Amino acid sequence: MSSDSIAWPQTETAAHPFLDRMHEWVTTVDHKRLGILYIIYALVFLLIAGIEAIVIRIQLIRPHNDFVSPQVFNRMFTMHGTTMIFFVIMPVLFGFANYLIPLMIGARDMAFPRLNAFSFWMTAFGGLLLYFSLVGANGLYGAGNAPDVGWFAYAPLTSRTFSVGHSTDFWTLALLVSGFGSIGTAINIVATVLCMRCPGMTLAKMPLFAWLNLVMAGLVILAVSPLTAAQIMLLVDRYLGGHFFDTQAGGSAVMWMHFFWIFGHPEVYVLVLPAFAFASEIIPVFSRKPIFGYSVMVGATVAIGFISMSVWAHHMFTVGMSASANTFFVLSTMAIAVPTGIKIFNWLATMWGGKIEFKTPMLFCIAFLFQFLAAGLTGIMLSVAPFNWHLGNSYFVVAHFHYVIVGGILFSLFGAFYYWFPKMSGKMYSETLGKVHFWLFLIGFHLTFDFMHIPGLLGMPRRIYTYEPGRGWDTWNLIVTIGVFFQAAGILVFLGNLLWSYFRGKAAGSDPWDAWTLEWLTPSPPPVYNFAVIPAVKSRRPLWDLKHPADPDWKFE
Amino acid sequence: MNGTYIPLQQQPVPPQLPERGQVAMFVLIAAEAAIFTIFVVAYIFYIGKSLTGPTPHDVLAAPIFYSICLLSSSLTIHLAVKALRVGNVGIFSKWWFATIALGGIFLYGTATEWHRLIYREGLTISTNLFGTTYYSLVGLHGFHVVVGLLCLTLVLGFALTGRVKQEHAYRVDVLSLYWHFVDAVWVVVFTVVYIVGR
Repeated sequence: MSSDSIAWPQTETAAHPFLDRMHEWVTTVDHKRLGILYIIYALVFLLIAGIEAIVIRIQLIRPHNDFVSPQVFNRMFTMHGTTMIFFVIMPVLFGFANYLIPLMIGARDMAFPRLNAFSFWMTAFGGLLLYFSLVGANGLYGAGNAPDVGWFAYAPLTSRTFSVGHSTDFWTLALLVSGFGSIGTAINIVATVLCMRCPGMTLAKMPLFAWLNLVMAGLVILAVSPLTAAQIMLLVDRYLGGHFFDTQAGGSAVMWMHFFWIFGHPEVYVLVLPAFAFASEIIPVFSRKPIFGYSVMVGATVAIGFISMSVWAHHMFTVGMSASANTFFVLSTMAIAVPTGIKIFNWLATMWGGKIEFKTPMLFCIAFLFQFLAAGLTGIMLSVAPFNWHLGNSYFVVAHFHYVIVGGILFSLFGAFYYWFPKMSGKMYSETLGKVHFWLFLIGFHLTFDFMHIPGLLGMPRRIYTYEPGRGWDTWNLIVTIGVFFQAAGILVFLGNLLWSYFRGKAAGSDPWDAWTLEWLTPSPPPVYNFAVIPAVKSRRPLWDLKHPADPDWKFE
Repeated sequence: MNGTYIPLQQQPVPPQLPERGQVAMFVLIAAEAAIFTIFVVAYIFYIGKSLTGPTPHDVLAAPIFYSICLLSSSLTIHLAVKALRVGNVGIFSKWWFATIALGGIFLYGTATEWHRLIYREGLTISTNLFGTTYYSLVGLHGFHVVVGLLCLTLVLGFALTGRVKQEHAYRVDVLSLYWHFVDAVWVVVFTVVYIVGR
């Protein structure tokens, strides 16, 4: 049975006036449209935060450079970090979750469509609020405009004394508002996955994508809420004269660190679990094999979720905690490598003996596997407290977490873009441009972040706006900055590919990859109601069963 | 097959899935519990760390009567939902009103306590660390009581205009979960602020 035999005839709709179409998008409660809104919104902020990264790297290309002032440099790294975490990666992952989860579990929408729209607009206004600081933060103080306290905003930098004007307030409120949006989305994802599955889809038959996003949503609930609480405390300190983080009145600056990282570390897993989810869907399809060790994958995911709640203080080894606290956080941090390693072996075992097709999504996933492993290994190095005392707050740490976020999460995300672009747009992307993007970005990534480890090992601290020549850092910084331009070129090719393919690409058909999960049962793009008849499933690969009636999966699961 | 749709399978399995409203409320409660946990941890950590007075021992008195009011409102809301399940809207409205009244009495108690603390004892949110943590934690709980009372009053309005019927028992039940949570948090706040903290 060929893949297009289950296509649904495209219904032609008359073109609406432009304003009507805009109105439809703004008032939509459809999970697919909201998903696309999340994704486009994140891509816009990706460009903005990317430009901020380029400014940072141009400033550091050579010693004693004066491309930007120290004040602007501080704003750049603060805005870059905050934007990338809260307004690029989280929204884009929520976008994919929104778009795909109902399709994958055979539902017509999320559990709460209007809450879904509310969550998106909260997140969107959060991002606008952060960037409104460029206009509105001066206040009457003539103080700096954008937030400049770093993305983790340690006390007492955020106190009234050291942060006059309103830049820190904009930072706090932006995170508070988008945090409400994130909590709303997380509630929606949990309710959708638990309550909206189609007949026959037990928890053990869900696609791994749904499982990983379920755990991700649980982590959002347990991680973003403490951040919300901490932001409320900061507002109390700044506006009502409270003393939570005011050391002169007996408060504690270290308390802020704990509260921030209780959010901050699970947040890493909030970001990486959806990346795992993409890989878990893409790798089997392009290896032409079912995922290896499904139940172990689920178990490992839940284990990661649990352990990630108890590792936060490994961000604080240099603060000077007690020896027993250090030991606990060293061991718990190392323990998380076990379930993560299980996952890597499972993906490898899925590829092993498979008939691998090196299409663009698969290339990105293979790079993700390798780079995420390397990022995990530097993570284990940093989890050793004495080693961390040497390298805490150095460029080694910056290189490590960019290896996770760019080399791991972003690569997997690009794979997801290429894999699901035909479903979302109905058009096939250009494979050539996709490969150009892959190689440009791969070269750029390794030039930048491989070589960034070395100045870190040589003692270069993070967040310095310039440095003295002759410390052995110069050449490395030059190479790092050159890599950034390769990455920027790759991103431009990527965006060009999306736009060109959307307008000029070939029709993709409902199932271009001969895949196995329910979203490929719908036409591309799917109609508003997703499924005319709610499907019933008997195995983890319902489309395999449909295409191979003589040899269905459910006989063997 | 010319583009016709093939329903995937054979015999449909009757869905045995949890109700989405209850699931969502439990997840919301988990998120709220995480927020309260951070405030409670901050309160406990800062006990006795104020550099100036007044101290909790000097100025706090356990609001036992008002606490009993709030906790018994959990019972009245339970009885209200139970009455609605069997379709008795009249009894539902009476118990529902009793719940709102008990919540209102609790809020009045907090208001008088804060009035006394601010005007007689001179303790505000910026006086010392105790003031900061006390008003934040008790205020956060009070805020949740206010939100709960607004929702309850909305439902009472619907009930009095005859729009609440037996089939809404499930939705009202979801709201009652939130109210039970607000009551349960008060047990923790009361213990921490008025027993441990003094």
